[in-house]
Amino acid sequence: MESVVAALWNSLELGVLLFLIAVGLNIIFGVLNIINFAHGALYMLGAYAAFTLTGLLGLPFWIALIAGPLLVAVLAAVVERVMLHNIYDRPITDTLLLTFALLLIIDEAVKWVWGTGIHIVEPPEILAGTFSLLGTQQSVYSLFVLAVGIVVGGGLWLFFTRTLAGKVMRAAASDRKMSRLVGINVPLVFTAVFALGAGIAALGGVIAAPIRAISPGMGSNIIVESFIVVVIGGLGSFPGAFLGAIVLGAIHGFGSRFLPELNIVLPFIGMAVVLLLKPQGLMGRSAI
Amino acid sequence: MNSWKLLAGAVLAALLVALWFLPSWSPYFYIFVATEILILGLFAAGFNLVFGYTGMLSLGHAAFFGFGAYVVAMLALHLEAPLLPALAAAVIGSGLLALVIGFFCVRLTEVYFTMLTLAFGMMVFSIAQQWRSVTNGSDGITGFPVSELGLGLGLTLGNPAVFYQVTLSVVVLAAAVLYIITLSPFGLVLKAMAENPERVAFTGIPVRRYRLYSFVLSGMFCGLAGGLFAPFTRVASPEMLHWSQSAEPVLMAILGGSATFLGPFIGSAIFVLLETWITSFTERWMLFLGIVLALMVIFLRRGLFGTAVDFVLARARRRDHAA
Repeated sequence: MESVVAALWNSLELGVLLFLIAVGLNIIFGVLNIINFAHGALYMLGAYAAFTLTGLLGLPFWIALIAGPLLVAVLAAVVERVMLHNIYDRPITDTLLLTFALLLIIDEAVKWVWGTGIHIVEPPEILAGTFSLLGTQQSVYSLFVLAVGIVVGGGLWLFFTRTLAGKVMRAAASDRKMSRLVGINVPLVFTAVFALGAGIAALGGVIAAPIRAISPGMGSNIIVESFIVVVIGGLGSFPGAFLGAIVLGAIHGFGSRFLPELNIVLPFIGMAVVLLLKPQGLMGRSAI
Repeated sequence: MNSWKLLAGAVLAALLVALWFLPSWSPYFYIFVATEILILGLFAAGFNLVFGYTGMLSLGHAAFFGFGAYVVAMLALHLEAPLLPALAAAVIGSGLLALVIGFFCVRLTEVYFTMLTLAFGMMVFSIAQQWRSVTNGSDGITGFPVSELGLGLGLTLGNPAVFYQVTLSVVVLAAAVLYIITLSPFGLVLKAMAENPERVAFTGIPVRRYRLYSFVLSGMFCGLAGGLFAPFTRVASPEMLHWSQSAEPVLMAILGGSATFLGPFIGSAIFVLLETWITSFTERWMLFLGIVLALMVIFLRRGLFGTAVDFVLARARRRDHAA
């Protein structure tokens, strides 16, 4: 019983982290129609921003939580203006390759600036303890991770359904030409969407910083994981990112506890099965 | 037009002769570099059958490259197999693996195909990493002998110059076969599918089956390249199977030009030479590569060789019109 509770809790925590990365990937795919290979690298930049702001500059974690994603979002807006806007009408392989180039650039730049070593970020004191849950000990920090996931997921949902900016983004996702005709500044929307997706990924990075070792490899690892999430849930689908993240979180959470020798193959088997039975993912593709 | 073809053939022949005699005047270092260029060029060209010719971006081809490497390394370690039969086993083994993976992958197109190849490639990687008793886990397979070629030829492959010339022969032969495939009616169907699969389907050609053929053939050539790479580097490790390794042939094909047959080989030469040159004064090779790749994708989509060929052909055509 205890081990099931622990596995469930781990699955949830990991699922929320994966959701924060995959949801940005899906928003960007939904609107811009590009698969952002560099998304994991942006998540990594968030973690390094957290390390720099708290570890090197000595600022409180809460400031990093706001400033990290903002910095990465600004950088992403610049990248979108300089690189990506050139190739929106090209085949999807070109956008994959271009964002892959971006991944190489960010990975190397990170090694250059911060070195190849592993860095650690301390969680704020108020989140450092543990609490007991149905006979298991869990960290307070994981409760904070869940809260952030709920706030971001709910916030995005409200943003896309209730605000004008969100509706404009959805309009641009479903029909670019028509949006342009009714006077929407589509290039600006694209920049904003890319920055938004990148900012959420960076937020994931800041959140992950105290529980994951910060290293140059963390971006490439998480990008494969988030590809699995979006494939399982449905490429471009907002609820799909949530469902896929929970499913993959569960595969990891239960797999590592009950099937340790199969654990690293299970996610790929899950991804392949979904692709073969329902290529558009469990939730199908919707305009965000 | 014909004189251009003749000239190109003569240049290629002269290049091959010069490559054959490379060991007689070049230091060992450049023999190693040339061997690497040849093997990775074959990997990129094999991959390009699926990418450049059939129009499918696979991110799982490292699985076939790495599988070929493991086959040769394990046959050498356990059976002390000579190189040629080991290579044959690598080609057949990788072809079978490509048949299994391709059977599933070719059902999907575009980005879904890419994702599924990534998933299968990482499955193979994970198995190699996890199955310690067979694959030796993340340490990989090392310490296998690289001695004979087979065929009763008394060649000592331990000598880098000899290994280089064997590699050159194998790669040139394989490239010739690959070239014939791309020129054949089968190759033309692949090219047509890259341009417009629906129209090909209307003519009654089973598109999915042709995609599978292309995938399997491509896997066999990549397996051969991997089979040469293991005795070259004296190791077969899981890194060779990782998806980031799959990205290398993509880069090479783009760099040289994926729409031309020789493009991937030239891309491989540029890639390895640049890597060697740049890493001699900075460790930031990947940063440089990322910038080059970004510029190529944005501004020079046909690749260096592809763009040069376009330029020459356009001039030739203009001259033909004038005459």
